[in-house]
Amino acid sequence: MSSVLYDVPGPKARRVSLIGSVVGSLLILGLLAWIISTLAQQGIFEGRRWAIFTRADVWSLLGNGIGATLSAAAVAAVIAFPLGLLLCLLRISDLAAIRVPTRIVLEFLRGMPVVLMMFFVLLVFGTNQFIAVVAGLVLYNAAVFAEIIRAGIQSLPKGQREAGLTIGLTSFQSRMVIELPQAVRRMMPSLVAQLVVLLKDTSLGYIVAYGELLRAVQVMADFLGTQFLFPIFFVAAAIYIAINICVSRIAVWIERRGSKKAAGGVAKAEPEPIEAEVK
Amino acid sequence: MDVIIDNLPLYWEGFLRTLFLSAVSGVIALLLGTVLAAARVSPVAALRGFSMTYVEILRNTPLTIAFFFAAIVLPRLGVKFEQFEVAAIIALSAYTAAFIAEAVRSGVNSVPVGQAEAARSIGMKFGQVLSLIILPQALRTVIPPLINILIALVKNSSVAGAFFVLELFGYGRQLANSNGDQVMAVLIGVAFFYLLITVPLGILASTVERKVAIVR
Repeated sequence: MSSVLYDVPGPKARRVSLIGSVVGSLLILGLLAWIISTLAQQGIFEGRRWAIFTRADVWSLLGNGIGATLSAAAVAAVIAFPLGLLLCLLRISDLAAIRVPTRIVLEFLRGMPVVLMMFFVLLVFGTNQFIAVVAGLVLYNAAVFAEIIRAGIQSLPKGQREAGLTIGLTSFQSRMVIELPQAVRRMMPSLVAQLVVLLKDTSLGYIVAYGELLRAVQVMADFLGTQFLFPIFFVAAAIYIAINICVSRIAVWIERRGSKKAAGGVAKAEPEPIEAEVK
Repeated sequence: MDVIIDNLPLYWEGFLRTLFLSAVSGVIALLLGTVLAAARVSPVAALRGFSMTYVEILRNTPLTIAFFFAAIVLPRLGVKFEQFEVAAIIALSAYTAAFIAEAVRSGVNSVPVGQAEAARSIGMKFGQVLSLIILPQALRTVIPPLINILIALVKNSSVAGAFFVLELFGYGRQLANSNGDQVMAVLIGVAFFYLLITVPLGILASTVERKVAIVR
């Protein structure tokens, strides 16, 4: 892949590269060894600290945390997607009176820290934490979904809409029947990538005291004693990363599948990599 | 609205702190991210592996976890900070660097193959090819996504407010607690200051994007 940047290595270059690999590995291993020895000095690897994971109540608390994280993410995703579609339709409306205010609202929502929105909903509307977390996630991600789908619609060939209008569809019908399905399909990888962002952002619920995974870690550490903080934190972080990597893999898989189909000649769409909003 | 006007100095201070956090973390993340991207495309397998692992893990870690680690776990492991700001900068720049590395790498992939071939054919070494030919062109194409990452960084710095750093969001939280009757005004004031940073950056990103699009 990246071999464009350097020639197929000859014997000398291979030797240099081997030495480089060995030195690099040693440096990294040294760093890891330093971290591990520092941790060991703190007594992190004592068996009793990890023995808590044999306790059922620890797992049930962790399970509650994961449940709270996933349920907030699921509810938010289910609401944010249709709302994003709606906002996208308003954003590309033929009427400036609808288009312009929607644009302002979208810019506002996208330029705002999610945690600020959660906090706003929590305090101003006096909701419970779950609703505040979901509302914050919905507002932000609906705006991002809208922009992703809009990018998808704009990447369609002009003829798609023209053809729709020519056979007598109204502007709205053309959007719904012809353009949106193609745009959503084309943007599927970005939409799934945004789901990872949404899932990660549920951890902001920690800040508004929603009982998600990280909050569960904190509660357990307070309850069991801070000597267990590191093991619990380590396991929770691993769970988060594992879940997110799974969802990321799904995005990559969808992207591959999509490009294979395009290569098969069904849709001649040059895949246009549109970076998902980072968060 | 009185609460905003009365507390303008606080808002201003928070605003400056947010700018400071974002700027310092942004510079560190840009440097670290570029190094990681270079390692990712280098001939040395160990560097490629390290960079890939780093990016893959950090990109899939929630920012709050990174903050929690830097601000709460690290000190208990014997890494003490004079100020929590240091922890915030570590978390923000380590996290953002992963995204910057990915963006720069996609920029490297977008540079036409012939550029590297030409550079190599006149006898340039890998380091020269990368630093003189590829990276300058790659960085140019990825300026818009990089600005978007920096916008995200500004918004992400709000998480620092929850970890004892008094920036915009931190002050907002404080003011909201002490002015229970005017929470809405307080938070709208905070929102305004965030938009003051993020909206101009967004406009800059789309302007640059248009400029680059014309050239290519």
